[in-house]
Amino acid sequence: MNAALDGRLADALARLPDYLGGHVRVSMAALALGIALSVPLALVSIRRPALRAVVLALSGVVQTIPGLALLALFYPLLLGLAMLSERTLGIGFSALGFVPAVLALALYSLLPVLRNAITGLTGVDPAIEEAALGVGMTRRQTLLLVELPLALPVVMAGVRTAAVWVIGTATLSTPIGQASLGNYIFAGLQTQNWVFVLFGCAAAALLALVFDQLLALIEDGLRTRRRLRAALGGLGIALVMLSALAPGWSRPGARYAIGAKTFTEQYILAALIEQRLAAAGLSAMRREGLGSSVILDALAANDIDVYVDYTGTIWANALHRTDAKPRADVTAEVGSWLKERRGVTLMGGLGFENAYALAMRRPRAAALGIRSIADLARAAPTLTIAGDYEFFSRPEWAALRAAYGLNFRAERQMQPEFMYPAAAAGEVDVLAAYTSEGRVAQYDLVVLEDPKHVIPPYDAVILLAPRAAGDQALADALQPLLGAIDVDLMRAANLRASAGGAGVDPSPAAVARWMWEEIEKRRRK
Amino acid sequence: MPRASVISFEQVGKSYDGLRTLDGVSLAIAEREFVAVLGPSGAGKTTLLRLINRLAEASEGTVRVEGEDVRVADPIGLRRRIGYVFQSIGLFPHMTVAENIAITPRLLGWDAAARAARVDELIDLVRLDRARHRDRFPHQLSGGERQRVGIARALAARPRIVLMDEPFGALDPLTRDALSRDFRELHDALGLTSVMITHDALEAVLLADRIVVVRGGKVIADAAPRALLGGDTDPYVRELMETPRRQAERLQRLIAGGA
Repeated sequence: MNAALDGRLADALARLPDYLGGHVRVSMAALALGIALSVPLALVSIRRPALRAVVLALSGVVQTIPGLALLALFYPLLLGLAMLSERTLGIGFSALGFVPAVLALALYSLLPVLRNAITGLTGVDPAIEEAALGVGMTRRQTLLLVELPLALPVVMAGVRTAAVWVIGTATLSTPIGQASLGNYIFAGLQTQNWVFVLFGCAAAALLALVFDQLLALIEDGLRTRRRLRAALGGLGIALVMLSALAPGWSRPGARYAIGAKTFTEQYILAALIEQRLAAAGLSAMRREGLGSSVILDALAANDIDVYVDYTGTIWANALHRTDAKPRADVTAEVGSWLKERRGVTLMGGLGFENAYALAMRRPRAAALGIRSIADLARAAPTLTIAGDYEFFSRPEWAALRAAYGLNFRAERQMQPEFMYPAAAAGEVDVLAAYTSEGRVAQYDLVVLEDPKHVIPPYDAVILLAPRAAGDQALADALQPLLGAIDVDLMRAANLRASAGGAGVDPSPAAVARWMWEEIEKRRRK
Repeated sequence: MPRASVISFEQVGKSYDGLRTLDGVSLAIAEREFVAVLGPSGAGKTTLLRLINRLAEASEGTVRVEGEDVRVADPIGLRRRIGYVFQSIGLFPHMTVAENIAITPRLLGWDAAARAARVDELIDLVRLDRARHRDRFPHQLSGGERQRVGIARALAARPRIVLMDEPFGALDPLTRDALSRDFRELHDALGLTSVMITHDALEAVLLADRIVVVRGGKVIADAAPRALLGGDTDPYVRELMETPRRQAERLQRLIAGGA
């Protein structure tokens, strides 16, 4: 077995208590809430066919919303609620992570439990119901002594389905900041760490299997009235829950939370910040894989304390600016806007830009005689362009199209890690690449000039949450990073993380350590 | 002078969705009487029975149980003091034989010891075996055993009235004969007032003190079996009673010829 694989497995195992604990906590809370909601709903709706139809239709609609979207929708909703409650009741709560994940997953668990409970309760033989009335049972006694016990196996089958769904879908709670086994999958996809991806999938599948079997044991014990079996199943679940809640499993209360978006560079920079804080004796945890739209809100709401964003992103997405200005002006305007409108401090730039740029393979560009985006406009109708998930809905893209009259044959959205191989294979002609991306050089891409200066500058800047604004210890720990990373260093770091190489540990933490050594080397010169 | 009537119908009618299932029924059933309600399918027999313990409500007229108008009685209490044997048997599949038998006493709040003693008593009474049957589930029993449990359940809370809806209909002839004779013995021994629905004239003749023939929602005959066998003015009743009479005569000839 090679050293890199060994290192990745060890890394994965080291994170298991944290991720598995988070996963179990969030899935079980969601399942419990789902059952607590759907069983009473089933009970009130069994004798009301109209209500039953509405309830089933609504829970069916919830089921059709993709898991990732449902989870993501809960974040802004809760953020609004949290602000309202803070303002009116003086009680604030974190809209990130656990609460939205539990609510969204609970909604997901409604349908199977509800449908099975209704099927089970309405499926009781009418002759048995008649007998229940005939021996002198009240409606309530009929329900408790006859209908519920007879429906129990069907209800439990619904609970088992829900448990498997919830445990599977809980892997999608990573982008809203809830630690789960999905952290392996998201981080693994970003950093091409297939050990992580497989580890996350296998762990989630195993957890689902274990829970399903424990629930099956309870169901079987209840049906055949072997109390020992039911008790064993219950005990198993209780043990899993307890171990997830045990202090050793849960994350020790870290002082700072460091945010990271969903791409390699962000994982590396978050690791770098964590290491700097640790070196200064400050405990910190990473909240990785946060959605691009979630992360600034999370910072403004003090759910995270610090992260790295890019001035152009905020310029376009938050300030809704479509013009481009010089780097210094954009940074200054973004900084004052963040302070005034969101209470967020722009601490300073890291020293490099990670701009969107249109890039082509050098031979292809040469063959078509394309050197700038203006040249590209002529050939565009015969070409295909690939971008990340957000690029084509970003204002910069609209501005580029308008300024140069770009009109491609096809636009394809891809995971950034897959765009470069796709370009190399000739499947796409043009990439919406990032200037700090290591693979621009690796894949022999040429970055096209932007003669009309449509794309704004994207300086990487450290942003601080309102509560971290006056924190001197934090500022001191982060100070050495300001202006310390040039675009070559960032490119080299990104390349190490995505491509690895002989004797190179591609994990974000290892790359971050390598970066710090490089920074120190340069400083000594 | 007839004994005081335990169940009485006074001009009772019942309509379901505009459909007339019972029309102008008047009946008086005396204490300790065993009444068979005979008639074709859809005649309104089951409705008549269900009106007694308020599993159904009369559209007009008055039904009285032990002198009390059932409309003012608490239906739950009424059902708990009237035994009911279902055509479908209707044992609770998730309860053991003992739990099925003890259900009405349990609803009435008897303590566990009293219920257990009553269960043992009833298992003996309906000729089941305590050791073999007590803790079995319904699906582990034969059809005849199941209906014995059904009868035991109906008798558990010591009712004075037992209603039976084709109780022996689904059983094989041997079991049917044995069980119906056993029940008649119980009826006499316990001093019950029993109303049994059947569509089998022979069963009605052999078991009941009195036969009420219902057809099209109306009572078209009401007399002792011997009187009905002797001939009735109604052609349907005559036809109905012909069958057991002819069967008996043929059987007699067969036995006489064979001897």
